[in-house]
Amino acid sequence: MAITKAEVEHVADLARLTLTEEEKVQFTDQLNRILQMADKLSELDTTGIEPTSHVLPMANVMREDEVRPSLPLEKVLLNAPDQKDGLIRVPAVFEG
Amino acid sequence: MSLLRESLQGIHSRLAKKEITSVDLVQESLKRIQEVDGDVRAFLLVDEEGALKRAKELDEKYSKEGTRGLLASLPVGVKDNICTEGLTTTCGSQLLANYQPVYNATVVEKLHNADAITIGKMNMDEFAMGSSNENSSFSPVHNPWDLSTVPGGSSGGSAAAVAAGEVYFALGSDTGGSIRQPAAFTGTVGLKPTYGLISRYGLVAFASSLDQIGPLTKNVEDSAYVLQAIAGHDRNDSTSANVEVPDYLSALTGDVKGLRVGVPKEMMGEGIDPEVKALVQKSLATLESMGSTIEEVSLPHSEYAVATYYLIAPAEASSNLARFDGVRYGVRRYGENLIDLYHETRSKGFGPEVKRRIMLGTYALSSGYYDAYYKKAQQVRTLIAQDFEQLFAKYDVIIGPTTPTTAFKLNERIDDPMTMYANDMCTIPANLAGLPGISVPCGLSNGLPVGLQIIGKPFAEATLLRVAHAFEQATDRLPEPKLGGSRA
Repeated sequence: MAITKAEVEHVADLARLTLTEEEKVQFTDQLNRILQMADKLSELDTTGIEPTSHVLPMANVMREDEVRPSLPLEKVLLNAPDQKDGLIRVPAVFEG
Repeated sequence: MSLLRESLQGIHSRLAKKEITSVDLVQESLKRIQEVDGDVRAFLLVDEEGALKRAKELDEKYSKEGTRGLLASLPVGVKDNICTEGLTTTCGSQLLANYQPVYNATVVEKLHNADAITIGKMNMDEFAMGSSNENSSFSPVHNPWDLSTVPGGSSGGSAAAVAAGEVYFALGSDTGGSIRQPAAFTGTVGLKPTYGLISRYGLVAFASSLDQIGPLTKNVEDSAYVLQAIAGHDRNDSTSANVEVPDYLSALTGDVKGLRVGVPKEMMGEGIDPEVKALVQKSLATLESMGSTIEEVSLPHSEYAVATYYLIAPAEASSNLARFDGVRYGVRRYGENLIDLYHETRSKGFGPEVKRRIMLGTYALSSGYYDAYYKKAQQVRTLIAQDFEQLFAKYDVIIGPTTPTTAFKLNERIDDPMTMYANDMCTIPANLAGLPGISVPCGLSNGLPVGLQIIGKPFAEATLLRVAHAFEQATDRLPEPKLGGSRA
């Protein structure tokens, strides 16, 4: 499978990245080489093999739903690039 | 000899006798940083004021009350993807150049409880993606053994600072070899524990099914002490394993009689430098002379490990790094609207390798390619883990080289991702299978250190430390690096 420059543009958009023309060309070439390596996996018959997403034999770790101390607001907002009235401020989500 | 090169027991006893103070230790570290870090560039931040203040507090405290633990008063480096309250934590990225953690990672808290002193934050490949430290967006790190070579990555700053004697020990993180590979390149001891042994609360996530924190130290005994201090279940990390933490120190018996060692032919074949191979063979002969049995074995799916890793890790990273959008933290860059803000923040904040991996991961997870790439890689991951399971029915440890070559030159591979990725061929399998691995120095090749990698069963850190320690006791220690060569 080869990735085209148009696909690179599409994937970049999904990842919220704006690529320069030079990056688009470079990533198309490099991703193709990496995917060629990845295609090596198709040599293996993996029919019926369970995928491993996690190596520890654990799932759905539960705990009591108890109230614990949380960070104070000023700490939560310490790194906010812009804030107002105890809220994080961003450009308008809906325009017009 | 510098104070920071003395043994833990030596320092401990001199502190107890009041021959030296915590302030002396911190000043020794600061002096060394002043002398060499302009060349090495292991530090992204030196907390001179905070470390001295802490040292004075500890001297005050112990002038009144009795015995301190063995890690007390030691100056320590913390990789810059591990959150330290009040100390900027950048992950080596421009995107987080201003990030102030509001809590300590559990490992940092545990080291503080042991009265170790954080001296600063260590340079690293951006978001821990890299094998050379050249992907740091602030400065590459230079290998103290030869400043024209890389220290490895991504915990290159942590490893280089230990090798250069700037800190007593350091913490790193290992997703595909990022503790063991720089340990091998810098002649230090690097331990990647079993997935889940150490809490990752406060570690900035790269690939969550693979990441693990671990120590970089001058020797195996120090590694055991640090592991003892930081291992264990944490309610703040639901992926930390609820297992009993054994006494690692009592494992250091020097005895490897009857140890069954498997040596995978795939890690001793094509692509491995002949001198590296020869030093590993010599090390195996040493273990054999001490009563271990050595047999060649096979990990038949290990040739697929690099490809598997470079699908799974970027896929997880593309998801984990979605949070860096400039909304809640980080260096925000504005555009015309909110979507532009995400694009501007991320496109200008991330460096090339991080973008490449986000692109690769997003593609591998995207509709139409998920089964062919991501799911396929997860299935092959199962096969790789099963190879190890089968071997561990017959063998106690798997041994081979940590890296195919010694440290390479700066700028030599940075434009060629494929060659760079191939460097991780010996370390990646343990991450995919979640197994513990340690790299211990086994000699010099053309003046550069070579690492011996020992891989063990899940949660068998005690065995790894016992074997690595016995080997270390039976072999000559490396000399100290002279900080020579030119910074290319």
